[in-house]
Amino acid sequence: MSSNQSNTQNGSEQKKNVTDSTQTSLSKKTEITIPEFEGSIVNQLVTKFTDKIVQVVYVRPGRTKILVPPNEIVQVATFIRDTLGFDHAESVSGTDYPKDNQIEVIYHLSSYSDEKLSSHVLALSTRVDRNDSRVPTLINIFKSAEYHERETFEMLGVYFEGHPRNERFLLPEDWADIPPLRKEFRIKGR
Amino acid sequence: MIKDLVNPTNFNLLVGKLGDVLTRALDLPLGYAINWGRIWSLWPVHLETACCSVEFGAASGPRYDVERFGIIEAFGSLRQCDLIVVQGTVTRKMAPRLRMVYDQMPDPKYVIAMGACAITGGLYIDSYNVLPGVDGIVPVDVYVPGCPPRPETLIQGCMLLQEKIKRSKIR
Amino acid sequence: MENFERKFDETIKMGLEIVKETEEDRLMTLSVGPQHPGSGHFRFTIKVDGDYIVYCDPDPGYVHRGEEKMCEYRNFIQNIPHLERPVIHDSTNITYSYSLAVEELTNIQVPLRGQYIRALASELNRQVYTLYWLGIYGIFLGHSTMFMWPLGDRELFIDLLEALTGARVTHAFNIPGGVRNDVPEGFKDRCLRQVAYFEKRLVEYEDIFYNNPLFRQRTEGVGILTKEDAIKLGVTGSVLRASGIPFDVRKAEPYDVYDEIDFKIQYMKTGDSYARSMVPFLDMKESCHIIRELLDKMPQSGEVRAKLQPNPKGPAGESYKRVESGRGALGYYIVSDGTPKPYRVKLSVGSFRNMLALPFLMIGSKLADMPSIYWSLNYWPVEADR
Repeated sequence: MSSNQSNTQNGSEQKKNVTDSTQTSLSKKTEITIPEFEGSIVNQLVTKFTDKIVQVVYVRPGRTKILVPPNEIVQVATFIRDTLGFDHAESVSGTDYPKDNQIEVIYHLSSYSDEKLSSHVLALSTRVDRNDSRVPTLINIFKSAEYHERETFEMLGVYFEGHPRNERFLLPEDWADIPPLRKEFRIKGR
Repeated sequence: MIKDLVNPTNFNLLVGKLGDVLTRALDLPLGYAINWGRIWSLWPVHLETACCSVEFGAASGPRYDVERFGIIEAFGSLRQCDLIVVQGTVTRKMAPRLRMVYDQMPDPKYVIAMGACAITGGLYIDSYNVLPGVDGIVPVDVYVPGCPPRPETLIQGCMLLQEKIKRSKIR
Repeated sequence: MENFERKFDETIKMGLEIVKETEEDRLMTLSVGPQHPGSGHFRFTIKVDGDYIVYCDPDPGYVHRGEEKMCEYRNFIQNIPHLERPVIHDSTNITYSYSLAVEELTNIQVPLRGQYIRALASELNRQVYTLYWLGIYGIFLGHSTMFMWPLGDRELFIDLLEALTGARVTHAFNIPGGVRNDVPEGFKDRCLRQVAYFEKRLVEYEDIFYNNPLFRQRTEGVGILTKEDAIKLGVTGSVLRASGIPFDVRKAEPYDVYDEIDFKIQYMKTGDSYARSMVPFLDMKESCHIIRELLDKMPQSGEVRAKLQPNPKGPAGESYKRVESGRGALGYYIVSDGTPKPYRVKLSVGSFRNMLALPFLMIGSKLADMPSIYWSLNYWPVEADR
């Protein structure tokens, strides 16, 4: 386990935060102080679902990130919408990690209706196997993720179960190559 | 003497010589008149290809008024346009549509390639969805460089096209 | 007489059978395609039943140039020129968010004067973008004066930006660490004069366009988006504020110097096309006040950027930052793995998020309302395709 330390730009001197995005689990946290409000959000999630399901990746002022396994993501998302008050998805994207043989799908969620949460972005992420990537869709919970999930399907090859249209969206109709955002797709000349 | 003139072989020769004289007398001014009409009313098709369309829109604005050259955009049907300005990057999805639009325009038609992306692919030459230049699909008359070209550069490109049309022969 | 009546009845029955039509025959499919005076570089397919639209399916991707893939092959500073091309006339805002995210990853501190100049260029660019959008909106509703006036006034702002950055539209002015160069001499007076002139022009725009009875008839009550639907669909920017939700990233999550500037969020409650075209206009008015305040509070001297290193890099990590651009919240999600090139860059743009409202609003409305709904959603196709 490696812990990196980075200061945020606004110069919050007392807080040193841990960021770790290249490993799958984070069992011990060595941060000095966790911000109050963000810590309370994360604690609610960890107490409702056990530590095995919800793993906290980082807690920073204004941004938190949790990691859940793909088959639990629907109930965690329902809890986030109903109890915590997040109501829309700002973006859905995927990152290809060929070294771990995994693809990480990450949802950035925020809130318009709740005052205190409007500056906060919760990143809900899950990791799937690269060769057989299937994730249950979240459009029944957050409708705003519909077109983003379709784009992630065509760019990375992640199949969203339950999404009505897993089809080509931005690429040309005669695209016959592998999904372009995978790391083995090299663009010409480089 | 009249009998000599209306003799069939002589009559044909006379008509032939008259035709020659007429062609030489009227060809040049008629060609000049037709070219004059074509130059001062080039109507471009409303097909925006990519980001250079913003500078094309600014060229139609009041400061770089391109309407004084007769170039009026945004007409409904493309069957009455004779100029197509390829504004910016042409992607592989847009390329068949560009060719379809070019085929539907009536003759004579002219093409201006505007922007570095339409000439060689420009900044996006190593992208997976971009054609390296548009002259593989349509024959280009004038290349206007820039990224994006200033509206004055576009007007200079139109003037070069006008000179090219002036030099062309009417068949 | 009886013979005649019987024959008449039979003829009528025969006629009715001939014109009996099925459900499928009644629908007509239209493709509002890339070559269309009313659509820009974007295609959507609609099916109409008489005069009402029953199905709408957007088909973007005509300007998809693979920005996110290209970012992985260039280092942090080389990414700026091609990342500003999606919205060529609002280029300061789309690189502003990128610079904020990279500064967080690589631990660069921006000096105060640089922050003020960045915010000033961002506000000027917001005016330039909104004026172009207003011009195109006007001409596609048939109001060609509204095309000429904004484009003419926009040239004066472009002159200011050209004096500041050196280029008309693609500025490449923001870099991670600040801005490239300082303001020239006499810029502050020029800017204040231009803002005073523009405020007078805004009053004229309101008279000629927003109080025009034809425009009001075409847009009031058309394409109503309620507050709950706006939250559920996740729309952003002026579309959101026209449905009664006062959310602006500059107030909710202030970045740079926006927490020291005092301004009000402009929003309207009705949620129809008229509100969606009025909110950017009110934003422009508010922007004039912000420009005056920024010029007032800017420190007189100082550095404008941190000292640049050739290949800035930071520890492995990720960052998500968002900025309020002309279309809405523009967010960048950047993952870095410790090398000078980013590992993954994802743009979350306002136009792509607002595209979800297009089929939602079109279905059930009349065909003639199509331009006023489509253009009021503040959709720029090049940005949505990236």
